[in-house]
Amino acid sequence: MNDRGGANGPVGSWCGSQGAAQDGDVANCEETIHRLYFFLDGELTEDRRSAISKHLDHCGDCLDAVDFEAELRRVIADRCRDRVPEQLRDRIATALRNEQEQRA
Amino acid sequence: MADPARFADDAMEYMPSLYSAAMRMTRNPADAEDLLQETYLKAYRAYGRFEQGTNLKAWLYRILTNTYINAYRARRRRPEESDVENVEDLYLYRRLGAAGGSADGRSAEEEVLDRFTDDEVKAAIESLPEVFRIAVLLADVEGFSYKEIADITQVPIGTVMSRIHRGRRALQKALGEYGLQRGLVEAAPR
Repeated sequence: MNDRGGANGPVGSWCGSQGAAQDGDVANCEETIHRLYFFLDGELTEDRRSAISKHLDHCGDCLDAVDFEAELRRVIADRCRDRVPEQLRDRIATALRNEQEQRA
Repeated sequence: MADPARFADDAMEYMPSLYSAAMRMTRNPADAEDLLQETYLKAYRAYGRFEQGTNLKAWLYRILTNTYINAYRARRRRPEESDVENVEDLYLYRRLGAAGGSADGRSAEEEVLDRFTDDEVKAAIESLPEVFRIAVLLADVEGFSYKEIADITQVPIGTVMSRIHRGRRALQKALGEYGLQRGLVEAAPR
């Protein structure tokens, strides 16, 4: 397994592409991890999204981290579903009908 | 303008996701049921003002969130932004033991995620302070955009981003603690 920089270690040290950070074309590890949530949320400008995409094309370590975060999100969404109790559906349907009748 | 007579047909399909959100917000079924009923009644009464063709799901979530905050927050002190500690990036990823990759191309870390139970994930979300819990719910469980969450919770988009990002990291820490108890997660990162 690759070194992940330790608990508080600098992200951005697990591959050697830091130098390209400011050219606006390809992101480095540090920017990629820093903007990871914006990237996954689809909340980046096209320019930054593409810079990070290009970085992920050649940085397996960052790609693993991004894939993990995406999978975590899928798992969270998946695990948080509760079945609506049948009596609650009925209760709400009845409440809405009563409300409607009062208005009529 | 939306036709109130159509309300039940239009809004019922969102009940499962609204109910799940109500469960995470109130953290108990009795309050969640009351909250959901109140939300549907309020939405029905206001439906004449809902603009047909705009985002009905987001509109219902806004009513749910407002109703929750007004009904339940009043009982407690106002939550603070500082109620969640700072947790570093990739907290969970850095702490998961690597037991070797699997044949289907998923990493060992991703395999470990599957071992978290529904109850653990729900409890981890429910452990977050209210404003972070709501932000993470809306973003990660319901998939709303930052802009939609800003509209639903009526806070500036910068605050929304900060709550989502900090809330997610705090959630990773909470999950990490369940994982630690079950030996899925290492105490210290490599």
